Amino acid sequence: MCLAVPVKVVSVDGDQAETEIAGVRRRVSIALTPEAKVGDYVLLHTGYAIGVVEEAEAQETLKLLEEIANLSEVY
Amino acid sequence: MKFIDEYQDNKLVAGLAKRIARRSTKTIRLMEFCGGHTHAILRYGIRQLVPKTVEMRSGPGCPVCVTATADLDKAIALAHLPDVTLTTFGDMIRVPGSYSSLQRAKAEGADVRIVYSTIDAVEIAKANPEKSIIFIGIGFETTAPTIAASLLKAQREKIENFYVLSLSKLTPPVMKALLDSGEVGLDGIVCPGHVSVIIGSHPYEFIPRDYGVACVVSGFEPLDILLCIDRLVEQIEKSEPTVEIAYPRGVKPEGNEEARRLMAKVFEVGEANWRGIGIVPGSGLKIREEYERFDAGKAFSVSPRPPREPEGCRCGDVIRGAATPLECKLFRKVCTPETPVGPCMVSSEGACAAYYQYGATENLQGPEADMEQIHG
Repeated sequence: MCLAVPVKVVSVDGDQAETEIAGVRRRVSIALTPEAKVGDYVLLHTGYAIGVVEEAEAQETLKLLEEIANLSEVY
Repeated sequence: MKFIDEYQDNKLVAGLAKRIARRSTKTIRLMEFCGGHTHAILRYGIRQLVPKTVEMRSGPGCPVCVTATADLDKAIALAHLPDVTLTTFGDMIRVPGSYSSLQRAKAEGADVRIVYSTIDAVEIAKANPEKSIIFIGIGFETTAPTIAASLLKAQREKIENFYVLSLSKLTPPVMKALLDSGEVGLDGIVCPGHVSVIIGSHPYEFIPRDYGVACVVSGFEPLDILLCIDRLVEQIEKSEPTVEIAYPRGVKPEGNEEARRLMAKVFEVGEANWRGIGIVPGSGLKIREEYERFDAGKAFSVSPRPPREPEGCRCGDVIRGAATPLECKLFRKVCTPETPVGPCMVSSEGACAAYYQYGATENLQGPEADMEQIHG
């Protein structure tokens, strides 16, 4: 039930946003994430965006994972 | 899909699994609190990817599973009241109560409807002003702010026939209750990713400080979970337990302050009744007095018969991590997804459902004999 999926904000209208994931559109509430703006990815949980995905952090984690994988090949 | 596919990369998974195997020397037991993690761990074969030194146990993070039978019986009784429409998240409907289920109540004529969101429940209330619409408010900190926001929306829009039966539960207090009981020796906790989106990582700080147990917040893709296990193994190997976030694209240390503000506006902290654990002080959310007209617990009076637990069902033990589903005599024999005896087999986050669905067998469990030596 604590499932949340990252969906892309395509438009904002007050505390509502139109979002898109894999070609499917859905209207969600951004009452809990007033900072969400067009182009952001938000974590969608039971009709509400509960958090904004941090793109820079996502890249940083992938970079770390790639470094670990490269180091593991050496061993 | 962005932020999902890239965290399933085989090459990166192999690299991380290798590093965990290289680092892990101590035999340890980790608990994944969240039922979503249990399912991901079994679905992606994470247990086969980590060394035998790392045992994984499922915890109480399944809202449907931890709902006490007495609370479910109350919801069923509410459904039978005249002019009431009961709205609920889907999994609840099939959970057996003491004498009935919401599904059976529906078959008997009660108006029980599955909703995806509290917003849908508010919409049903708007469209049916002659009926009382009750929403069964289960869930953890992830869901509680959404219930609060919907209740405030109903107030703003002057919808007077919307009610919530507040059964929301809080994560850190029940972690404390489990650690205090000492029943299951733990070295580390895979902390719930989406609960932490709301509460942040600070509320876990007492766990390493007071109990010496490592805490790492995890996302839900295979690489997220492996990275979390990697951090936990490192902390435990160094005997330096602390709180870390291995899911920084979703979780900030301070969490979501606006969500917590709305949650605190509508709810106050009170006790909660957990299946298998009992009453835990400070682990539940009650609707504040100023919003009590939305409180189904106050607006309606029902007195269901005393609850009784299904015979032989070990859901309570599974919820506490004291037993695995494989240790329950009913598992796969009497209790299946088609004929569930307890909620852990019904819910899409239940440990029994995960073990059943992904065919978990004994050899996926950690080396039990060694664990006993270590944890006494």
